[in-house]
Amino acid sequence: MSALLELSHVSKRFGGLAAVEDLSFAVREGEILGLIGPNGAGKSTVFNLVNGVYAPDRGSIVFAGGEIGGMLPYEVARLGLARAHQIVQPLAGMSVLDNCTVGACFGRENLSLAAGREAVREVAELIGLSGRLDELASQLTTAGKKRLELARALSARPRLLLLDEVLAGLNPTEIGRMIEVIRKIREQGVTILIIEHVMRAIMSLSDRIVVLNSGKKLAEGAPAEVADNPEVIAAYLGDPGHAGH
Amino acid sequence: MREPLLTVEALEAGYDEVQVLWGVSLRVDRGGVTTLLGANGAGKTTTLRAITGAIRPRAGRVIFRGEDVTFLPPHRKTARGLVLVPEGRQLFGEMSVEENLEMGAFSARGRKALAQNLDRVFALFPRLADRRGQKAGTFSGGEQQMLAIARGLMSDPEILVIDELSLGLAPVVVQQLVAALDALKAAGMTILLVEQNVHLALAFSDYAYVIAEGRPFMQGAAQEIAGRPEIREAYLGL
Repeated sequence: MSALLELSHVSKRFGGLAAVEDLSFAVREGEILGLIGPNGAGKSTVFNLVNGVYAPDRGSIVFAGGEIGGMLPYEVARLGLARAHQIVQPLAGMSVLDNCTVGACFGRENLSLAAGREAVREVAELIGLSGRLDELASQLTTAGKKRLELARALSARPRLLLLDEVLAGLNPTEIGRMIEVIRKIREQGVTILIIEHVMRAIMSLSDRIVVLNSGKKLAEGAPAEVADNPEVIAAYLGDPGHAGH
Repeated sequence: MREPLLTVEALEAGYDEVQVLWGVSLRVDRGGVTTLLGANGAGKTTTLRAITGAIRPRAGRVIFRGEDVTFLPPHRKTARGLVLVPEGRQLFGEMSVEENLEMGAFSARGRKALAQNLDRVFALFPRLADRRGQKAGTFSGGEQQMLAIARGLMSDPEILVIDELSLGLAPVVVQQLVAALDALKAAGMTILLVEQNVHLALAFSDYAYVIAEGRPFMQGAAQEIAGRPEIREAYLGL
């Protein structure tokens, strides 16, 4: 499998804080790669660098063979890179269909309105929103809004989908359903980079895991491998040396 | 003979549409240190907020000293001796050390023994006594945590509920804080502790509850929990 996204020696500072430091990893075509790490490890900054919210201070970010570091979010979106955000912000006064159509029309294929709506119907089928396309976005439940966020991103027909905490705030039943949806998306050939606090979910979904700590890569490998890594365990459970007495 | 001071039964709580806790139960015995462990987002702070009254539980009960206090507001719980040292300290930055401590003694319970409690916290944290006129906002993180604990003690607690003792603090400062808590424990104080460093929490506690995704994951004597490999699963999912 070749790399669809490749970060090489990427750094980003905010004032005195190195949020991401000399970070290199690749997302292979067709895989689900999980990005984990304690609070403040730099996961969200990585997403913001990849989809153009921030420009890297150093290093390169190559997507589908071209450099995207420093491009703006809408430019990156047109190349086929979509993001479902942690804090969902649907266009509240618009229907579910129209929300997703915005995604479709400004995505990889720059679809016309009619073609965009058609694309949305296919995505809605996959995500389980078919029956709710005419509802106002503001009327959806939390789980519904999370699905809408995912559907809007997917309507852009991306090659790479960034999923930022799409399970946060869902109840256990909804989490189970959402995991199935994510698996189906991957079966459609979409490559996925995912950040998720629900550890059981991200460990079972991901083919590989990259562990960040203090902005640097701490480990990389299959879920079981990283969960056995003593440095990873110390990053999550704390340094045994600090227990003292 | 162990006597429950605080009992939490099948607590469910959350924020707006988002439910975080799905039935958390725990028991804190008088004179002991109990710790609540779990990964980021597991629901530790939400549990403490529901216990101390910052948020209203959706279901379940909080029993303190034999009385159902589930829906009492925080100041009523403080007045009964159920006292929170919140995450991030939440001090009054523009106020002096002494004024912050007086705020801790706001309840009738705290006012009654103000002078005595002031002596007690200054003995426990001599550094605060040295700087009693200094603004809290000018303190280092470790000093602020000392002051936050001291402010909690000024309410004359039956139980001190501490949310994140060591977060963001240097190891040497953490050791000073643990030494102070050890002294409190030796004097018979009951403590419920949330702490990110699992090893530190288990070394200091008598009993531990581990939660994951808002539900009970495991519980047991702290030493026993420390030796069980499953705890990794609560944090790493595998």
